Amino acid sequence: MVSLWEELLVVAYALEMRSITKQYFGNTVLKSVDVAVKPGEIHALVGENGAGKSTLMNILFGMPVIHQTGGYDGVIQIDGVDVKVDSPARAMELGIGMVHQEFMLIPGFSVVENIKLNREISRPNLVSRFLGSKLETLDLNTMGKESQVALDKLGIDIDHWAPVAGLPVGYMQFVEIAREIDKHNMKVLVFDEPTAVLTESEADLFLESVKRLAGLGLAILFISHRLEEVVDISNNITVIRDGEVVGRLAKDAARVDRIAELMVGRSVKQSALPPRKKEPSDDDIILQIRDLAVDMPGEKLQNFDLDVRRGEIIGIGGLAGHGKVALANGIMGLYPGTGQVIKDGQKLPLENPAAALKSNLAFVSEDRRGMGLLLDDSIEDNIVFSSMQIQNKFLKKHLPWPSTHMRDAEAIRAYALDTIRDLDVRCQGPNQPVRRLSGGNQQKVCLGRALALSPDVLFASEPTRGIDIGAKNLVLDLLVEINREMGMTIVITSSELAELRMICDRIAIVYEGRLVGTLDPTASDVDFGLMMAGGIGTGVKAG
Amino acid sequence: MSTQNPVIPTKKTGISLLPLVSKNAVPILFAILCTLAAWLAKMDPWFLASEIITRLARNSLLVLALLIPVSAGLGLNFAIVLGAMAGQTAVIAITHYKMTGLWGFVVAMLASAPLAALLGYLAGKIMNRAKGREMITSMILGFFVNGLYQLVFLFLIGPVIPMQNRSIMLPSGVGIRNTVDLFRIEKVLDKLWRPIVLGVRIPMGTLIFVGLICAAIHFLMRTRLGQQMRTVGQDMHIAGVAGIDVDRTRIIAMIISTVIAAWGQLIFLQNISTLNTYNSHEQVGTFAVAALLVGGATARRATIWQAIVGVLLFHTLFIVSPQAGHAIIGVPQIGEYFRVFVAYGVIGVALALHAWQSRKS
Repeated sequence: MVSLWEELLVVAYALEMRSITKQYFGNTVLKSVDVAVKPGEIHALVGENGAGKSTLMNILFGMPVIHQTGGYDGVIQIDGVDVKVDSPARAMELGIGMVHQEFMLIPGFSVVENIKLNREISRPNLVSRFLGSKLETLDLNTMGKESQVALDKLGIDIDHWAPVAGLPVGYMQFVEIAREIDKHNMKVLVFDEPTAVLTESEADLFLESVKRLAGLGLAILFISHRLEEVVDISNNITVIRDGEVVGRLAKDAARVDRIAELMVGRSVKQSALPPRKKEPSDDDIILQIRDLAVDMPGEKLQNFDLDVRRGEIIGIGGLAGHGKVALANGIMGLYPGTGQVIKDGQKLPLENPAAALKSNLAFVSEDRRGMGLLLDDSIEDNIVFSSMQIQNKFLKKHLPWPSTHMRDAEAIRAYALDTIRDLDVRCQGPNQPVRRLSGGNQQKVCLGRALALSPDVLFASEPTRGIDIGAKNLVLDLLVEINREMGMTIVITSSELAELRMICDRIAIVYEGRLVGTLDPTASDVDFGLMMAGGIGTGVKAG
Repeated sequence: MSTQNPVIPTKKTGISLLPLVSKNAVPILFAILCTLAAWLAKMDPWFLASEIITRLARNSLLVLALLIPVSAGLGLNFAIVLGAMAGQTAVIAITHYKMTGLWGFVVAMLASAPLAALLGYLAGKIMNRAKGREMITSMILGFFVNGLYQLVFLFLIGPVIPMQNRSIMLPSGVGIRNTVDLFRIEKVLDKLWRPIVLGVRIPMGTLIFVGLICAAIHFLMRTRLGQQMRTVGQDMHIAGVAGIDVDRTRIIAMIISTVIAAWGQLIFLQNISTLNTYNSHEQVGTFAVAALLVGGATARRATIWQAIVGVLLFHTLFIVSPQAGHAIIGVPQIGEYFRVFVAYGVIGVALALHAWQSRKS
């Protein structure tokens, strides 16, 4: 605890954000958030996906997306002075630096060239005297020396003339940081999930460097999902949930389970779901997954084992980037994968979407505009597209050869009208192009298409992403209804834990591409929070 | 998942020459082809050497004009045709005003530069609207501006643009003649200094000028602006985040390229000393691109040496292939056919190879 005397001495915050409120189209995503960081302090910002951390950082960094959507309310102070951050360039002027989650490095350039990107040091020459400073010669020597100084501050020893392309990922991160601290007047440095891409030893090295930087008097804002490291290095921790600050913890009060509970903690009403005639059990496994690895960029999955019971709704949860969406994408053959998937005793070939569909698996993609829908085609064509291609439904077979079969317009229309009614798709009619439907209605069309395949197992990836709350509940109710009435097995992936807890029989949590365990939807918040941070909770069932 | 896959067997470690060969596969292939064709053609080596030197001086500047857009990520700039047209416009102007000798040539250079810069600026603007499809855009742009060029010199000269010098106009009084004799600036740059080394006449004046442009390009790539161009060429998004004005940088690259191309066409014309008003520029883009690719460059990476080696090989093949065709089949036309075949084939293969390589990485 900081004593009163110290409090009086160290009044000056390097960065203070007071009562920051932000609305997107009438939807409040940040509610009066306060964050203050002193020089030399490491301040962690934690929260679930979509809690509002990125929005807060976008505001701090003056990103265009904030100002195009009506700006924000509240005050930002740097060194006690009110500032208006209206562009990233302005943020840089004010001494706010950001190490991006994805690297902003040019692979073909050397470390030095990357550190000095667009801040090159140059000498005037004969030509530049006439034609301006742009034609000054680069002073590679001085650039190298200054880069070395920045790298030394981090305690990193790399050949600074080597091209970045060949460096290990961990070192690329250091190059990014070196670029930030090489900027003069740097006061506040923001790290957005810096260790997400690092191996454990790299992360240790990295955290050492962060402490060293704080020791140099920089104020550091640190966003991370790895709660152990947050507890380990931060002086203060602010927990955000649903756009509000729900907790502030000083270093000595911080415990991983406490943070996890604050992060997740929302009262979940488990509304009674309709019962089944026969509850699913381990005696009847429809899908057996063994040692599955899926190479999906940013969402890698490895050594994944899971048994899906016939007739259940199983949720796949976990934080973004840990591989939960790769499961469905891998089984459906959309990304390269290895391992074994057995459906009803039959081995399912991987990397083969047609085979997956023919084995009566259907998929509602998380990327519904990119992968799910033919946006300029009509609702009815979208609904029957897969079943027509895969199962030869909705075709008139006048002649024996498959390529001569013609679409059966009447059957398609009749089926589409049924689907539109059953799923309550709000549209002008079955002819309307799906591009002009709202997100929720597009999602229903995706579902309708998957159902047209009458699958045994339905994979629904982020089925409620980007649609409004009313539509969300509708989609979830629909999934429950399909499950109960048709006995369809459903594997649902979602970033919103609450929603999984509402409809699932069990929830499997993925962390760093591996299955940590499965939890009952009624398990405690602490268990969920811990497991999503890679730990094992108390209520774990055998996976 | 990479950890799950069996370990990919590493490439056979044998002769360390192998990577060097595979890296330079295209120029090596063409060197072999050239040697073979030259041997079949049984050409007099002195004649061959003097032809190669002449063509090196005549064509290399047009190929060098391609380098900067490649660095700036615009790919192979087929729109150097625009520069060539600017150069020809200047040549017609000085011929009209009966300017002679080196003085006339310098005036043509000075007159073509602002016109080429304007065309380059407009081309750059269009390229910025067509990011990711620059090459096909530049090619079509060349065809389009060729139409404007013909409109001006075939129909507007005379009725709209008054012209006194009847000797370069068509007899009808409308339009420029199909061929204009450029005796006034014939080989002015070549002749500045033309020593005879081992019986081969060397157009040293032109070669020195080309060398100066090479030095200027080399210098430019080492300046702040050059660094910005290379950054934009590698990744426009990152360049933008770093505060570089991406669109402006690309436009500057296009302007420089077009101006160099205009001068390149002037050098070409003073050596040929005849202007084919409606044809001289047409193939400039294709042949320059083919030569650069033969030198081992790609749409993303090209160096001065690749440009020079490319000109040497491509034009050697041009010189020897008719004779070689004659020697093999007895029909010289087959060699002519082979030239065109080679030019387009090289571009197609090199672009496909490039797409394949970039997908692999």
